[in-house]
Amino acid sequence: MASGSEPWRSELGEEDGSIAETTDAELLKRAWRNEKAAPEILQFQAALVLRAREQIQLLEGTVEEFVENGVDDLVVSLYQMDLDRSQFLLRSYLRLRLQKIEKYMIHISKTNLWNRLSEEEQRFAKRCTDIMEKHLEQSVLSRLPYGYQSILKQSISSEEDDMVPEPQLDTFVFCKTKNAVGAFQLDDTGDEMVDLVADDLYVLRYKSIKGLVENGQIDLV
Amino acid sequence: MAGQSDPQLYIFTAPEVEFLAEDETIEIVPNIRMEALNMICGDFGPFFPQMAAQVPLWLAVALKRRGKCAIRPPEWLSVVRLTQVLEAERESPREFQPLPFHYVEISRLLFDHAHDDIPDEYMVRSLIEDIRDVRFHKVESGLESISGRTHAVKLKNLSAMEVNIVRPFIIRTLQAFYKHDSPQMIPQPEAVGNRRPQVADRGPRRDLRPR
Repeated sequence: MASGSEPWRSELGEEDGSIAETTDAELLKRAWRNEKAAPEILQFQAALVLRAREQIQLLEGTVEEFVENGVDDLVVSLYQMDLDRSQFLLRSYLRLRLQKIEKYMIHISKTNLWNRLSEEEQRFAKRCTDIMEKHLEQSVLSRLPYGYQSILKQSISSEEDDMVPEPQLDTFVFCKTKNAVGAFQLDDTGDEMVDLVADDLYVLRYKSIKGLVENGQIDLV
Repeated sequence: MAGQSDPQLYIFTAPEVEFLAEDETIEIVPNIRMEALNMICGDFGPFFPQMAAQVPLWLAVALKRRGKCAIRPPEWLSVVRLTQVLEAERESPREFQPLPFHYVEISRLLFDHAHDDIPDEYMVRSLIEDIRDVRFHKVESGLESISGRTHAVKLKNLSAMEVNIVRPFIIRTLQAFYKHDSPQMIPQPEAVGNRRPQVADRGPRRDLRPR
């Protein structure tokens, strides 16, 4: 992740950090980290997840063969560890997204965040919202006075859907730039500018750097 | 850290930080012969006795635990280097010295599993502890100087574990300052003729002096 400027890394003769980035394992790690640190749900990495799944399945098959053929225990256990690690990343990534969907299901269904979900996640979200609506309807909303029965609005007189929890985009996140981004405007009013140098660690409002995260110029830590 | 909302969402647990650190490369000297490993996370080997090889830390620890290799501690994990770092840390009260991002996790794993491979092990251990202490005190005093609405905090050269420890506190602090110090909350001067009692003008923001 670090660029070659960090003196410690170059002593080990490491290649330029950008090459390491492109392995699927690194990409999956990055996707996991970003998803964990970001307050809203990010774009589903469909291609990456598919490739990771394939690799994991392939390795699972290989390990089974090894066990059958009596390959050395040590080698088998090492492959198994690699398998476990990759499985953990993939599962945790998917689980994080499901958590976010459960938390903000109505908001996601109503905005273009919906497009960030995979097909299965969309099915999940739909079922979730249906079940939740039905439950709230039956247990609470039907017994409230007329005018207060909506799941979306506090009352009929509300102008917006104010009962829908939204992710807090204003929250601060820790991030590291991969390459220098230069002067960057943090605020709507143009008052706050920050010079983002390569490989520095910052704590910033998520909203300001949303775009940079999406096109991969900044990593959340 | 009681009273947090979303405890699961943006929090990395220490084991998760260590998990990320375990992918860092480190040099080993195997004492066995082993064929090449073609893994999801990369290709390593083949391994020959006494021929140094680069592998991820988790693999190195696994081999070490089974007595199949010796681990070469990274260059920065030595008495000489760490003494330099410690002195530099003590001399610059506002800056952090460059250290590997995962230095805490790497040194911990090596102390736990490969302490016999580290020359002057006790000295190195105590240096790392001192460095951690000095740096953490710097973090604390840096935090004390956060005063009004801050849009960005620069934490140059902070390491992964240190980031993780202060993460919840910094986020809530900055959040709270952002909310309460918002320009909309400072009442604008009222138009003449308005009878409503004036809210006390907060005046210009005072900087909390760092201790």
